[in-house]
Amino acid sequence: MTLVEVRELHKQFVLRKGLFGKVSRVNAVSDVSLNVVQGEVLALVGESGSGKSTLGRLVARLDTPTAGEILYNGANVASLNARQLFAFRRHVQMIFQDPYASLNPHMRVRDMLAEPLQIHGLARGRNAIGARIEQLMGAVGLSSTLASRFPHEFSGGQRQRLSIARALAVEPEFIVADEAVSALDVSTQAQVVNLLSDLKRKLRLTVLFISHNLAIVQNVADRVAVLYLGRILEVAPTEDLFAQARHPYTQALLGAIPVPDPTARRKRIVLKGEIPSPMRPPSGCVFRTRCPHALADCARIVPPLRPVGAGRLAACIRDDLMSGSAPQAIASTTSSRAIP
Amino acid sequence: METLGSAPRWRLALTALLHHRLGAFGLCVCALVVFTALLAPWIAPYDPSVSDYEAILSPPSLTHWLGTDDLGRDILSRIVWGTQVSLQVSLIAVSGAIVLGSVVGMISGYAGGWIDDAIMRVIDAMLAFPTLILALGIVAVLGPTLVNAMIAITIVNIPNFARLVRAQVLSIRHMDFVSAARGLGASRVRIMFRHIWPSVIGNVLVYGSLTASTALITESSLSFLGLGAQPPTPSWGSMLSSGMQYWDAWWMSVFPGVALFSVVLALNFVGDGLRDVLDARITE
Repeated sequence: MTLVEVRELHKQFVLRKGLFGKVSRVNAVSDVSLNVVQGEVLALVGESGSGKSTLGRLVARLDTPTAGEILYNGANVASLNARQLFAFRRHVQMIFQDPYASLNPHMRVRDMLAEPLQIHGLARGRNAIGARIEQLMGAVGLSSTLASRFPHEFSGGQRQRLSIARALAVEPEFIVADEAVSALDVSTQAQVVNLLSDLKRKLRLTVLFISHNLAIVQNVADRVAVLYLGRILEVAPTEDLFAQARHPYTQALLGAIPVPDPTARRKRIVLKGEIPSPMRPPSGCVFRTRCPHALADCARIVPPLRPVGAGRLAACIRDDLMSGSAPQAIASTTSSRAIP
Repeated sequence: METLGSAPRWRLALTALLHHRLGAFGLCVCALVVFTALLAPWIAPYDPSVSDYEAILSPPSLTHWLGTDDLGRDILSRIVWGTQVSLQVSLIAVSGAIVLGSVVGMISGYAGGWIDDAIMRVIDAMLAFPTLILALGIVAVLGPTLVNAMIAITIVNIPNFARLVRAQVLSIRHMDFVSAARGLGASRVRIMFRHIWPSVIGNVLVYGSLTASTALITESSLSFLGLGAQPPTPSWGSMLSSGMQYWDAWWMSVFPGVALFSVVLALNFVGDGLRDVLDARITE
């Protein structure tokens, strides 16, 4: 069952320099269509500047889309009235990247966790609220004796646990985790990822997991959507994607995962240059400027996201690459290079 | 940290301020002023508005420690009673400016768009006038009384607080913890007061204590020009003003001047101390 359906979503930011200055537009999210199935973990991957976070914020209705629809349980999130939006807030929660910015530095843990309960009237009275706070802190593996402390007295990992506890306070069914572990130490990352996975299973959550860390994505996600310059280039079940990426960009991304074996030799695509400016994206296919397989047509045609196998979608006009019959041919083109 | 963990925030700040040398000194002087203002009837050796015609313009002596003025009134008693005016101005007028300026700044910063533009243009227009000139104009319109002088001081200080608070709100409103509060369904009022305001108040207090010292000077200037506290109300500014006519009687202007100077300095110390203390807490 589809929980969230994103349809042809656009988000454009307008930047203006001064009162009469030049207006520039940034297309952070362009024509994105995506489904999130109830109970799954859908990962959103891409480089920084690819629009992952913007898409997450749009789905959590922290920003409003420029065009397109986000249907949550069939209702368009952008056109909710105040009362419906308030109800929606209980269902959808967000976990932010930077645990040092996402907790109010002037609020004690107790007040921070009590707030959502008070806002939504989920617990009344000192004792009920206290019991619920204790339960929430326990759920994320923190002792409730720490409830009277301020955020600055906690480590990054603990702070992220608090952030998760706050999100869980309203008993949401859908969580947008925006780079929820990327600001943490590697050892802490694993713990927090495991915590999220456990909670996901216990509380039957649906998760939009935004990350640039493919190793973590491979472990937690059921499906993966690859974003580049605000557009989705490929969507596939995690196993299939990691076994055989179809889109050249996805192949390049996978090739960039470090392998903990210095003697390993593998063929991979090494992308040249930087991700183009979202203010002036390339015509046609956004990836063509860095694609080793680009044709003349790629500059003219914006490739639609189309089925390229069971449960898989990709946005590329090259049928020969998308068929999946000759995946190795891709990795051995001139722009690929074996790691010495 | 363990033991301080459960103390209220203001107490942590106060404890730190008392460990700040200049801040603690300034705080002591301010406490002394408050104490003096409250206990003026018992502390002052004479009635501040009763003339001793036997001792007009008498220099400091054992009977009149700081001398008497041109009407034979005891300078020390007038300085002591004058603390009440100073306290009213620095507490009430500046508090008024803090409250009104903060509300305007919060609305401006959080609402954004045309509301922000409209408010800020008015604020810019007010800032275009020198403080004292604007205060003079307001008192000229309202009439020369102490209350009107305080209203004028409140009004002329609103723009600075509004600008300060707006700038802070702009930098804080896009922080993740504000987004998180929005995501939890918190109302605008709750976000402004529970999430943004606590991050703003520190700077507002620092600026407030510095403003209190300039407000004192503004009040004294207005009183000096005869537009503030009216005779026989003793005010340091009006005492300086009348002392100016008697250059030989140096005690008439020097002692009120010293009182004014000390309190202004003390308030600046408190401001500096608060800034250091709150900064330290932020970087902690």
